[in-house]
Amino acid sequence: MRSQPDTRRTPTARLPRAAAAVGALCLALSACGSGDDTAPDIGAEDVAAALEEGGEITVWAWEPTLDRVAEEFEAEHPGVTVNVENVGTGDEQYTALQNALSAGSGLPDVAHIEYFALGQFTIAGNLVDLAPLGASELEGDYTPGPWGAVQGEEGAIHGLPMDSGPIALFYNQDVFDELGVGVPTTWEEYVDAARELQEADPDVYIAADNGEAGNATTGIWQAGGQPFQVEGEEVTIDFSDEGTARYTDTWQQLIDEELLLPVTAWSDEWYQGLADGSIAALVTGAWMGLNLESGVPEGAGSWRVAPPPAWDEGDAASAESGGSALAVPVGAENQALAYAFIEYANSGDGVQARIDQGAFPATVADLESPEFLSAESEYFGGQTVNEVYAESAANVREGWNYLPYQAHANSLFNDTAGQAYVSDTTLAEGLADWQDASVRYGEDQGFTVTTGD
Amino acid sequence: MTSTTTAARTPHRPPKRARPRGRWTGWGFLAPFMAVFALVFVAPILYSLHLSVYRDQLVGGTSFVGLDNYRSAFTDPVFWESVSRVSLFLAVQVPIMLFLALLLALALDSGRLYGRDFFRISIFMPYAVPAVVAALMWGFMYGSRFGLVGNANDLLGVTLPDPLSPGLILASIGNIVTWQFVGYNMLILFSALRTVPHNLYEAAEVDGAGQLRVITAIKLPALRGALVIAAIFSVIGSFQLFNEPSILRSLAPNAISTGYTPNLYTYSLAFSGQQQNYAAAVAIIMGLLTMVIAYAVQLFGMRKAA
Repeated sequence: MRSQPDTRRTPTARLPRAAAAVGALCLALSACGSGDDTAPDIGAEDVAAALEEGGEITVWAWEPTLDRVAEEFEAEHPGVTVNVENVGTGDEQYTALQNALSAGSGLPDVAHIEYFALGQFTIAGNLVDLAPLGASELEGDYTPGPWGAVQGEEGAIHGLPMDSGPIALFYNQDVFDELGVGVPTTWEEYVDAARELQEADPDVYIAADNGEAGNATTGIWQAGGQPFQVEGEEVTIDFSDEGTARYTDTWQQLIDEELLLPVTAWSDEWYQGLADGSIAALVTGAWMGLNLESGVPEGAGSWRVAPPPAWDEGDAASAESGGSALAVPVGAENQALAYAFIEYANSGDGVQARIDQGAFPATVADLESPEFLSAESEYFGGQTVNEVYAESAANVREGWNYLPYQAHANSLFNDTAGQAYVSDTTLAEGLADWQDASVRYGEDQGFTVTTGD
Repeated sequence: MTSTTTAARTPHRPPKRARPRGRWTGWGFLAPFMAVFALVFVAPILYSLHLSVYRDQLVGGTSFVGLDNYRSAFTDPVFWESVSRVSLFLAVQVPIMLFLALLLALALDSGRLYGRDFFRISIFMPYAVPAVVAALMWGFMYGSRFGLVGNANDLLGVTLPDPLSPGLILASIGNIVTWQFVGYNMLILFSALRTVPHNLYEAAEVDGAGQLRVITAIKLPALRGALVIAAIFSVIGSFQLFNEPSILRSLAPNAISTGYTPNLYTYSLAFSGQQQNYAAAVAIIMGLLTMVIAYAVQLFGMRKAA
């Protein structure tokens, strides 16, 4: 999940006693900075002991709802200090985490990692297997998509799902009403609506897109494409399937007719566009609701949520965008307490605290609870938005994979496919270039990469 | 005769014993410097050399590959494209910047400018702005939707060319760098002008030389050394271009690729792609290349001076 950089931080209480306790725990458990093995040197009983004993952990996350979770966790367990630090959103955080892992120091105890980026850390053995700490007992508590994303080989569990991102169409009802344009239910209607909005007001765009890997992969996913296949160290990258073509044909029209606002997501201009109505809609993960509330407060009452536009009329097939887990990096100092916090935040009472703040969880019990589904969102004009998200979650297309090095591949998207947005290169050609670049990197990294037919 | 021999002999004796001690005393005085030098200059370079002969893969781990990384770098189109991009930048931006700096320095030195100190400090001021802040600030101004360019478009009802488009982005970066460093270079040139002895000007006046003649015959030759220094700094600066493209990338991701400049490329390789080893090889090649070109500029400058 992505949200706007949040600079709030839990005040750091530097209790010497807590630090000493951490040190003592480290010595006793010899779990600090130990080897390459992802299996923890501790067990479930140590987690309970760590809670008793107290201590200090550092959490690297940009998820805004975690601050309150940390406060409540501290209140429940005296002697425990949780420092939630925002070291950057998405890629920035992964870069920082990779650097800390390479350096072997300065590691957080808990790291916020999107599902698509888990691969690059697990393949290098960078994340602690949480199964022996109690995570294996949580199977069935989560929806299949997110649970599949955190599972590794041989029953390893690399993190606990924090949220999921079934896609939905977020749209500014006031703008659509004012300009007399109907809200699209299919992608064909979407392209028409994009044209109509532009005709009615040249400053209004149906979407902001400056070439973003996440948008493209989600779009291809929903259209039924499966460009990435991963079997251990064997990777297939193939952007020539039918689903991908469906996506590129539609998107090429939007690009050619200049129906997209060329503004990068999460930039200041982007927020301004969402606030002043020049970005009328966006198709993205359910977590966006929370970001609209916090990032575009002036949009309260104007925005609504609808199922994502369908590729065929009546086809409810959906996809995921983002969604993330909390994980423990190998070498983290206080792994027992780290796991205790993750379990609290993503399985225990912390989940409700996050739902109350507008998060979309990955826990089945919460997703199915009538209370959750019937909750009316004030921001979205009293709409029961969770129902829309839950329906989308149930219709997510199966069989999608991300590359084990998706985060880096995504960073190459603008070098290649992004050129379609600023030059004569077509999106299909751009994706072919992206494929080449991703294949080259995969081979350099020792994967066996095939490109399909 | 005798006095000279004794004088020569007496100091001659003690050194026999003292020489070894003296040698070590010298090193002792040098030691603090040498320690720091070894730690912050030699060690990182050696470490980079060490890194550059290995390869670390996600699958397969670390292995010794000899000069393979260098071989790939020499045939890496992304790398050479970035090198030619900064070379173009060097060839266009540096002369413009130095020419402007020269004009400003001559204007300040002419003594005909009102508020000379004010001009000097305000032209120098951008140099005091951190590069990251400067790039962010210019990024806001370049924005054609909500930035200054956008405001100008709305106000005047025109469509100015987008400074962040692929065709113009290099010029836009050049503009930022010029804005930032013209004052610095001006100061180097200006201080060189201040060292010209005053009697030369008096002599020129007696000979009936005009201002233009004074500039070409006295000031420019006096500036040659300073110009060479400024040019070398600028060569190194251009080849190390990083902050501006790195900051503007978030605004123009399609115009500035991950391998836009050699430094940006090394950064992407090392920190996004986890290819520290290859990045080290690229950095070393780039370092050597910069040295060669800076040295060439120096030789060229010296030859002209002679």
